[in-house]
Amino acid sequence: MFEYAPAPESRDIVDLKSSYGLFINGEFVDGSGPSFKTVNPATEETLAEVATATSDDVDRAVQAARKAFGVWSALPGTERAKYLFRIARIIQERARELAVLETLDNGKPIRESRDVDLPLVAAHFFYYAGWADKLEYAGFGPAPKPLGVAGQVIPWNFPLLMLAWKIAPALACGNTVVLKPAETTPLTALAFADICRQADLPPGVVNIVTGAGETGAAVVAHPDVDKVAFTGSTEVGRIIARTVAGTGKKLTLELGGKAANIVFDDAAIDQAVEGIVNGIFFNQGHVCCAGSRLLVQESIQDELLAALKRRLGTLRLGDPLDKNTDIGAINSADQLAKIRRLSDLGEAEGAERWSPACELPDRGYWFPPTVFTGVAQSHSIAREEIFGPVLSVLTFRTPAEAVEKANNTPYGLSAGVWTEKGSRILWLADRLRAGVVWANTFNRFDPTSPFGGYKESGYGREGGRHGLEAYLDV
Amino acid sequence: MTTSLADVASSDAALRAFLHGLPGVDRVGADQRAAMLGTRSIKTTAKAQAIDLAISMVDLTTLEGADTAGKVRALCTKAVRPGGDAPSVAAVCVYPDLVGVAAEALKGTGVKVASVATAFPSGRSSLEVKVSDTKLAVAAGADEIDMVIDRGAFLSGQYMKVYEQIAAVKEACGTAHLKVILETGELSTYDNVRRASWLAMLAGADFIKTSTGKVSPAATPPVTLIMLEAVRDFRDATGRQVGVKPAGGIRTAKDAIKNLVLVNETAGDDWLTPDWFRIGASSLLNDLLMQREKLATGRYAGPDYFTLD
Repeated sequence: MFEYAPAPESRDIVDLKSSYGLFINGEFVDGSGPSFKTVNPATEETLAEVATATSDDVDRAVQAARKAFGVWSALPGTERAKYLFRIARIIQERARELAVLETLDNGKPIRESRDVDLPLVAAHFFYYAGWADKLEYAGFGPAPKPLGVAGQVIPWNFPLLMLAWKIAPALACGNTVVLKPAETTPLTALAFADICRQADLPPGVVNIVTGAGETGAAVVAHPDVDKVAFTGSTEVGRIIARTVAGTGKKLTLELGGKAANIVFDDAAIDQAVEGIVNGIFFNQGHVCCAGSRLLVQESIQDELLAALKRRLGTLRLGDPLDKNTDIGAINSADQLAKIRRLSDLGEAEGAERWSPACELPDRGYWFPPTVFTGVAQSHSIAREEIFGPVLSVLTFRTPAEAVEKANNTPYGLSAGVWTEKGSRILWLADRLRAGVVWANTFNRFDPTSPFGGYKESGYGREGGRHGLEAYLDV
Repeated sequence: MTTSLADVASSDAALRAFLHGLPGVDRVGADQRAAMLGTRSIKTTAKAQAIDLAISMVDLTTLEGADTAGKVRALCTKAVRPGGDAPSVAAVCVYPDLVGVAAEALKGTGVKVASVATAFPSGRSSLEVKVSDTKLAVAAGADEIDMVIDRGAFLSGQYMKVYEQIAAVKEACGTAHLKVILETGELSTYDNVRRASWLAMLAGADFIKTSTGKVSPAATPPVTLIMLEAVRDFRDATGRQVGVKPAGGIRTAKDAIKNLVLVNETAGDDWLTPDWFRIGASSLLNDLLMQREKLATGRYAGPDYFTLD
């Protein structure tokens, strides 16, 4: 009855070039490898051709970063802070353009890139800009030194935000960086390269090399890289750990997750439902800390699932640039195939599959919000990271059982607890083996808060004071 | 009403156990949800539809000590024909002593007469006075009664007293519809808003209404959200549909549209009619008319093109 008319954000604000090069030593240069296409996953339209960096290109980038390290690390912290503050302000000024670009290249709803990604990106730069001249008070000794050149490889789920998580602390501590964005989402990193130029950042402090896995491997393996930071799959994280082993390079890994979102019978039900939705359908479930396993107390299972299904019926899937869209496109054909494979496996193994009535666009990569009920710990969909809008619902009877099931996974990145009882939140937080435990909320991020995993979810922390340690020689 | 709810009001203890057994409301989460729904972008055809719907849901209100028969007649004229081809509003809301004037002015127009009653706005009087206040308004021709609950009794945990007062006023209403004003600004917590909503519905309210308009904050989006959740859950539990009326502080078309979005995405379609959702307001109507004109012509007309009544 009350249909919202289309309310598309204009893409005119983005000035897309037909091709993009690498950003090395403050200049855009051609790559030596064959260029590749980056597409809009919502339409399969090609957005631009992007250069591939070969190992020679990576070597040039690392050399540029090495050269710049001398200048950059010698600057007083107050001077480095000036650049970072300037970058943060330019990001805010260009926020709408960056949000639209992120949505075009990634497929995430503009509401999220506008209201979540971009404000957090700017906040991260502001936060670490503040640390640049206060490192001696960070608790790592009287004059902590930077490491040198950081090689950073980031994923496609939050392209610009993951860039901020990597670059802001590295620069604040006095390191220089060579960053490789994901091959499906390179455009905002290249826009960030332009922002570095706009901010007059000394050449070579930030270098961006684009390409696929081979380029990333070259960055990680380069002998003159002092520090490797990676966010992505546990599978690739293992390869990187093997590459780096014995080289003396410092390593932080932020990998997969299979987080439990635990709802007790005394939870604020309506807000818990919002938290479940936000936990697994935010960013189409392309979130390493997504609440992909709902653990619901058996006594409220029916009531909660009915409320959840009713709520899922109101989710708006479609054009990511429409300001009213809640669920955007799956980032790539490969990822869509993986989500389909695991969902089919869930059905084959006997879990019950449900999706709200929801029309998928004809073109592009789409997957409906999906809930599996009757899931057991032994099902594949309760163990493997799906990285898509797929929720597995399990039940528990007692708090102890909730903890046991929540921890019974090789991962340990995040967890959620929903109860009105404060003492129970504290009891669980003590026992859950997860880097982040959210109480009566989910997927809340803040630059002041450390983030990272237990077990196969990785090691090292990003964000907060703790995030400095990864970029200091301590 | 299902049997499980039939005994709820059998004693103070039973009522208390029931109301305190309702799921809690997490303030941070409720605020976030309401804020997110506030970012919905309602444009072009949807906006035109929403503005006309909002106009048809307005309870055009004047509740001043200085109200006169002349003022009420002027308001009634505006209520029936707000301007151009805009639809009539839902009702005119006045004090009990002016109900006769409004009823006369609105006879045969389809616009309802609503009257506040029960020692509005504080509700600080005896049940006897409240009941006769209600009867006075109904006898003078009120179609709808907007009563206030005894917030003092509610906050001190005398739920049975509040329940009995609502039930007594409901009986005094006869065929008139009863809107129960919770005065959420004085209830202070969202848990209380949910409990008061259920209490009013259990006692027979046809509508639950946020505020008198005399206390700030009045109808905030999260409060309206929680009340919409309450009527939705109440219908699921009992099969009986209850309406919602935010009142106070809704001054712009944008605010009104945000309220419609809250209804649409919380209680759903069934509530998106003047029978089940009202907006209590006075200055809102002119902004709705102004935005309506802007949509039709592409230009904003000056404020003097809209009547002050």
